[in-house]
Amino acid sequence: MEAFFEWFKVLYDETGINLPFIYDSYDRGRMLDGLWMTIKLSVVCLFFSVVIGVIGAWLQGSAYTWTRRFVNGYIQLFRNTPPLVQLYFFYFAIGSLLPRVATEFGGEAPLLGNFAWAVISLSFFAGAFNVEIFRSGIEAVPESTVEAAEALGFSRLQIYKDITLPLAFRVILPALNNNLVNLVKTTTLAYAIAVPEMLYEANQIWSDNVNVTEMMIFLLIAYFVLVGVLVWGMNRWERAMKIPGYGA
Amino acid sequence: MSWTEDQPMVSVRDVHKSFGELEVLKGVSLDVMKGEVICIIGPSGSGKSTLIRCINALNDIQQGSILVEGIEVHDKHLDKLELRKKVGMVFQQYNLFPHKTALENVMMAPIRVLKENKDDVEKSARALIKKVRLEGKENSYPGELSGGQQQRVAIARSLAMKPDVILFDEVTAALDPETVNEVLVTIKDLAEEGMTCILVTHEMGFAREVADHIYFTDRGVIVEHGKPATFFDEAKDPRTKEFLSQIL
Repeated sequence: MEAFFEWFKVLYDETGINLPFIYDSYDRGRMLDGLWMTIKLSVVCLFFSVVIGVIGAWLQGSAYTWTRRFVNGYIQLFRNTPPLVQLYFFYFAIGSLLPRVATEFGGEAPLLGNFAWAVISLSFFAGAFNVEIFRSGIEAVPESTVEAAEALGFSRLQIYKDITLPLAFRVILPALNNNLVNLVKTTTLAYAIAVPEMLYEANQIWSDNVNVTEMMIFLLIAYFVLVGVLVWGMNRWERAMKIPGYGA
Repeated sequence: MSWTEDQPMVSVRDVHKSFGELEVLKGVSLDVMKGEVICIIGPSGSGKSTLIRCINALNDIQQGSILVEGIEVHDKHLDKLELRKKVGMVFQQYNLFPHKTALENVMMAPIRVLKENKDDVEKSARALIKKVRLEGKENSYPGELSGGQQQRVAIARSLAMKPDVILFDEVTAALDPETVNEVLVTIKDLAEEGMTCILVTHEMGFAREVADHIYFTDRGVIVEHGKPATFFDEAKDPRTKEFLSQIL
């Protein structure tokens, strides 16, 4: 392994291509931390945005006008404003309004850190699109199928959970796939509130090493591979969910 | 007031139903005793499907009374689950759950709605599949079955809830002619076992053979009713005569 790292040092000495995040153990640590942070941020936001999508689409079918209005207002707000502005809004506006808590060192710290705000902001952002995606899937489930479940005594929640959602999922997977890919890419915005994710760490490294070109090329490839893994997983899932004799 | 078997199992009294301005039922009354098989016939748009959909509260009514074993359906505090445990329904378009196998379709409601033990449910579901002559198709998805087979699964699914009365809403209307018979034979078996059945149908030969009582509806009212022999051979009302002359 050491020989492998050394080779990149030689590469730098002989060609000038500088990849310190491979041969330098400190930079390597930073890059891996950044990668791990990006994965963590993506997975947590993916999870919450899907939860928001499922619950939001359920609330959209509510009998109460105000519940539906609230969900629609949420969607409009988060769909029609830039995600970076949302992030700043949460971190600087809402964050500053929250009480500060004492730390174990005797100082004061914000109630929620930048990672938490990034999760909240990005989940709400992607969640707004997910609500619309889930709604489109739910509307594609024939009313007659829902009626059959009703006639068998299923409650509204049981119908949503056992019939509508599983069928809707199969319709929306391509659209959901798209939005989740977008979400992973949007995690780079967390850079703006100093969440040490991959772009942030790369920036730190190129500031120290003045190797912007190499770092940019690496970042492009790293995100390409990361999103590629997600898409591959989603496609496999799509195939596994296929019902014989149903759909295209 | 509790229901006893000497009273009608289903009692429809002066039912009025409108969709917006359009009044589709204009004071319909009929009684069905336990073990009786009644057929409702009439031109399309005469309100026959609406009538049976009102019996299990898939459609609400504006005026009148529907009693099922003493339960008033026209009541905004109606316990729909209690009603739907008593009343099964089979639809024109089968409406099976496409993401579940034939066996799972039959098992789902007893497990989810009645919270019965899974092993017991599976045993009785397999027996029901056998009863509708679909042994070997347990693990097929609806999309892999013919229309007639799907409709028989739908009948088994309805029977799994052990209803006291089953509503059949033009269950052969969407089938290929060669599969109509297999479904009719299944219904006939049920009728012979003493199941109370309310059928909306266009199969006059079948109605004549299995029904205890025939109702002819036109433009929201029951024009004429009687025993099959008298109804078909000695129809009195000119509208009935005209309808029968077109269809027989």
